[in-house]
Amino acid sequence: MIHALTFYLFATVGVVAALMVVTSRNPVHSVLWLILAFFNGAGLFVLMGAEFLAMLVVVVYVGAVAVLFLFVVMMLDINMIGLREGLLRYLPIGAAIAIVLAVEVIALFMDWTMAPEAMSLRAAPVPDIAEVTNTEALGNLIYTRYVYLFQIAGLILFVAMVGAIVLTLRVNPQVRRQSIATQISRPKSEILAVEKVRSRGGI
Amino acid sequence: MWEIGLAHYLTVSAILFAIGVFGIFANKKNVVIIMMSIELMLLAVTINMVAFSTALQDLVGQIFTLFILTVAAAEAGIGLAIVVVFFRNRGSIEVEDINSLKG
Repeated sequence: MIHALTFYLFATVGVVAALMVVTSRNPVHSVLWLILAFFNGAGLFVLMGAEFLAMLVVVVYVGAVAVLFLFVVMMLDINMIGLREGLLRYLPIGAAIAIVLAVEVIALFMDWTMAPEAMSLRAAPVPDIAEVTNTEALGNLIYTRYVYLFQIAGLILFVAMVGAIVLTLRVNPQVRRQSIATQISRPKSEILAVEKVRSRGGI
Repeated sequence: MWEIGLAHYLTVSAILFAIGVFGIFANKKNVVIIMMSIELMLLAVTINMVAFSTALQDLVGQIFTLFILTVAAAEAGIGLAIVVVFFRNRGSIEVEDINSLKG
């Protein structure tokens, strides 16, 4: 009963927040609704027993991705009135496609039955929650069987970081920087001049 | 009604995914909201994977959800960097203005 009520609360608020993300007039409001949608998704994760992923969604999505969106939306100076002009033109076909997609997928899920051998084909059955917590069980798997995938995930994040920096770095020609290669490769003829100084005359 | 099972979670994720698709169609003017719609679709996919992981009591679904989160974060970072560079060059992020490739 309480499980069902909590589920309906998270599901309803999440869906409403998602709708507000795509329909709200102001992009900053969209980002704030997106944060609410992520929080409700994390609530659904807790209900399903995936506590570690729920905390990860809050930290990664709300703490990093949504704040990144907020920064970009606030940095780009876009006039909001002009941006919404095309909404009515694409609204009917977008709504039609979304509704057809949702009805098809929900009809598929309503009739879902697991294969009889599905339970015996599991790769990593969940251990007893009384002995091993969710986080510990995930760690036991990630750092043993999936350690290479874990490393590649870190590599992907690293490449994304380098790519974002390379894309947005702007070299300002006004700023004078030290170039060590130019400094040490200067020939003596450019720097040093030996002048014959006349006695008591100066240069 | 009061017995919440796999189908309920899958329905929520399907609705969220459909809202993401709708957002891509409805916001032809703002690339950032299109990227937020993509994030919504990724959230729907993660809910789907965790729901199946719980239904089967198999932890691999949660591990792959972790990797989806990684890829989503990388995609958001790169995508927003591209949007910033594009805005710097063209002064606009409307989808109709992104036509340099003549696609």
